Parts: sequence; C-alpha cells; structure tokens
Amino acid sequence: MCGIVGLYLKNKSMQSSLGALFAPMLIEMSDRGPDSAGFAIYRNEVDENHTKFTLASDVPEIAWKALDAEMEMALNCDVKIEIMGDHAVLITDADADKVTKWLIDTKPRIRIVGSGRSIEIFKQTGLPKDVAEKFELASAHGSHAIGHTRMATESAVTTAGSHPFATGLDLCLVHNGSLSNHNRLRRKLQREGIVFQTENDTEVAAGYLTWKLRQGATLHEALEAGLEELDGFYTFCIGTADGFAVVRDPIACKHAVMAETDDWVAMATEYRAIAHLPGADTAKIWEPEPDKIYTWGSGGSMH
Amino acid sequence: MAELDLKDIGVRGVNSTLHNLPEGTNEVDWVINNTNGQHAIACGLDAPLNVVVNGHAGFYCGGMNQHAEIIIKGHAGVGTAENMMSGMVRVTGNASESAGATAHGGLLVIEGDASSRCGISMKGVDIVVGGSVGHMSAFMAQSGHLVVCGDAGDALGDSIYEAILFVRGKVKSLGADCIEKEMRPEHLAKLKELLELAEMDADPSEFKRYGSARKLYNFDIDNVDAY
Repeated sequence: MCGIVGLYLKNKSMQSSLGALFAPMLIEMSDRGPDSAGFAIYRNEVDENHTKFTLASDVPEIAWKALDAEMEMALNCDVKIEIMGDHAVLITDADADKVTKWLIDTKPRIRIVGSGRSIEIFKQTGLPKDVAEKFELASAHGSHAIGHTRMATESAVTTAGSHPFATGLDLCLVHNGSLSNHNRLRRKLQREGIVFQTENDTEVAAGYLTWKLRQGATLHEALEAGLEELDGFYTFCIGTADGFAVVRDPIACKHAVMAETDDWVAMATEYRAIAHLPGADTAKIWEPEPDKIYTWGSGGSMH
Repeated sequence: MAELDLKDIGVRGVNSTLHNLPEGTNEVDWVINNTNGQHAIACGLDAPLNVVVNGHAGFYCGGMNQHAEIIIKGHAGVGTAENMMSGMVRVTGNASESAGATAHGGLLVIEGDASSRCGISMKGVDIVVGGSVGHMSAFMAQSGHLVVCGDAGDALGDSIYEAILFVRGKVKSLGADCIEKEMRPEHLAKLKELLELAEMDADPSEFKRYGSARKLYNFDIDNVDAY
C-alpha cells in the first residue's frame, strides 16, 4: 500500500494556504498508510550563501541543547535553529559539506533528514493526522509540498524508515510500492560511498538518485537510469527546488493520478486526495503513463 | 428522482439505501451527489435501478452490479464495474486501471480512455471504449467482447482465452497467444450491435478482430518461450 501526494501552487497568491490545501491530501491517504507519515515542504528560501538543514533526533532534549553555539564555535559560522519537537530546522552560512561532516563526526544522535535552500522535511511514525498536527502542516505556507503515508512492507516502522528521503540539495523522494533488488543495489552503492541509515528499500532508490546526480546527471537522466536499474513496483514522486517529478515503473501496478488547473498541479495515489482542492471537479485529470518521466518546473506546465 | 448526498451519509449510507429498496419499488431513479472520488460507490446493486453518479468516482464504482444502469458523470477510478454480472455501467470520462475486471455479464461503456488492464480476466462482459486502452488490456480474457474505438497499448490480449477483441486504431503490440483474426459477417453484426448499444458513432468496417491462437491452453514444451 502506501499513499503519496504532491501539490504545486502555480498561483502565487495561494501560497499562504499551501498547508491548508495539502494537509487534507495527506490525511485522506491514511487508509493506505497508517504506520507513519512525512512531508517535504518548500518555503522560506535562504540566499545562496546559506544552507538550510532539517535534522531529527530520538533524544531531542539532548540533541538540540546548545547545538547552535557549539556549531558556531566549531565551524566559525552563524547558526539559526528552530526546534519543532524532535525535528529542528537549522540555517547556517557554513559550507554545507563541512556541516554534514561535522554532524556525522560529532553528533551521532542527530540524523540529517534533508538539506537545501528551501526544503524542509518532517516525518514521524503515527497516523498522518497526528504527524500533520505535530508539525503544524495545516498552517504552513510555501510554494509546493510532497508527502507520504506509509504501510510498511520491506522494513521496520521507524521514523528513519519513513518517507520522504533526501536525495540531494532541495531534492527528496517518496515512493509507493516495493523494490526487489534493493539489497544488491545497496551493496553496490555503499561501495560507491553512499551512506544508508536504514534497511529501507526506498532509501536505496533515493541513494541511487543521489549517486547519479553526484556524477553530474540531470534529474531526468537519473530517473531514466533508475527505470533501468530499479527492479520492482513503484510510483515515485520527487520533490525539486521548483516543482516535482512523477515516474511509474513499466508495469504500473501502483496507482497514480494527476490533476491540473490554472492555479495548481497535483498528484496523488488516489483521486479522493485531490477532490477537495478548489476546482478539482473541472480540472484536467489524467493518469501518468508507465515508464514515462513527468516533471513540473516553475517554467511551464507538466510534460 | 431521489437524490443522495454522499458527503452527508457516506458510501455505506448510499449503498445501503440502494440495497434495501423493496422488490418492485417504483423509486428506481437515483442521483448520487458529492462523490469526491470515494471508493465503492453503487457497489453490489441487485435491482433494475437507474443510478447517476454525479461526479468523479473512486475505485470499484458499480462493482458486482446486477440489473442496474449506472452512469458515472465524470472519471472513474480503478476497477470500475469489476465483477459486474448484468446491467450497464457507463463512464462519461476516462476509467483507470482494470476496468471491467473479471466481469461476467452486462455492458460497460467508457466514453473516454481506459487505462491499463482493461477487461483483465473478463468472463462474459461486453466492454466498449470510445477512446484508447492501456497496456495488458484483456489479459487472460475468457469470454465476452472488448471493443476499442481508439488504440490499444502493449501486450493486448496476453494469454487470452475465448474473449473477442475489436480494435479500430493501432495495436502497440499483441500479447502471448493473441493474434489478428478474420472478421466474418457474424463478427461485424455483433460489433455493430455493441456499438449501437453503447451509442458509439463508429463504422464497424474500420475495426480489426483479435483473439486467441489457442496455443497456450495446455503446457507444451515447444511453446515455453511464450509463457
């Protein structure tokens, strides 16, 4: 099972209600994934001299204590941190790679959930409704968001095993389906230097895209290569800095529907997650074809 | 004409109202509003009702139908009219995957396109699609007719039994054991009848017929590549 949803607001005047429109999409998919939920939201872009990290920890009371001061001292940089329960959004002018290395080397109890200039990722075990409330999704503003409700089949129900998975700066992946060659592929990627936090199959797909993008592939090229190498059933939704992309495997057993109006473009596992959006009943609605990459960017319509 | 508000009474409220009508009721005309893509709308009907589903439907709409005529005014989700026994289901928009799956009888009309696996394992239903069908349509189709006024995707009629397929447009590829067959007068007559029943404006002479080569009915080591 699992449910995935994505919403991009073409009409900028609607950005203040992104969360109000998106939270019901996530919650409507609870039947498909009551184990855990997560979402990536793109908002409050920082300038090119700064990087925004989303962090998570199972021991937040220890993890976030004096983290900003410690990092400022260690990396000689400015740090601003906003705590949201066991997640924290950290903005710094330090070099992103240095920050990553410092966190991995000195803060083993902190997981890096995502990073970029506008992306923030929140995910947690529990009902989608509770996860949305905890991270104040309904009141969130932003340009676009993708989300996931999880019914685990391939690995444990944990926060780390929840979606979205980061695949690079301002990039993340949610997945409905299961991959059958993830163990072999994980070993291959580990030899290439990709680090994994879980036994989760989707993390391998995310790692694969990260690896391809690091080699200089475009997102489109990375997804094309993924269609060749990722064996299994999947509908993927990939959040990008200026939109999202959707890909289904060649058999396309995992449902997906897309809808577009002048104001927004949306994707979901089931249409009922889209039905409440303004103008959904008269929107252009279609099913993404198998083995085909659909991307939405700020420049134009879905292609 | 009686109206049911799905948002108000839920899918269970809608379906139980339609299930619990007394036999021979005069209240045969129903409209279901505020569908919002919910699943299993107007499932398991077992009476000669006329039901309008006024909006996009979710999965399995009109499933297991007997006797009723159901019109979905909008698009329909996965498994529309699956396992229908008799009656009619009409979709004015597109239908998602596995439309008419395993259906035994009745008529399913999709005015727009149908997605993959349309008519999978159909067992006697007649399906008429105004647009095109996706890949693996009529997979293991056992009996009945699938009429496609547009094109068919990959692997049409894979492992087909005795269902008869008519396609007007291009077939991207035929599945294992599915072949083009001669269109004889009785086939043209049946196709004409189905197009008229479905109210589709298409010329039967423009269609081609496809069906089973009957080579995979029993295991034969010489056909191992085709399984």
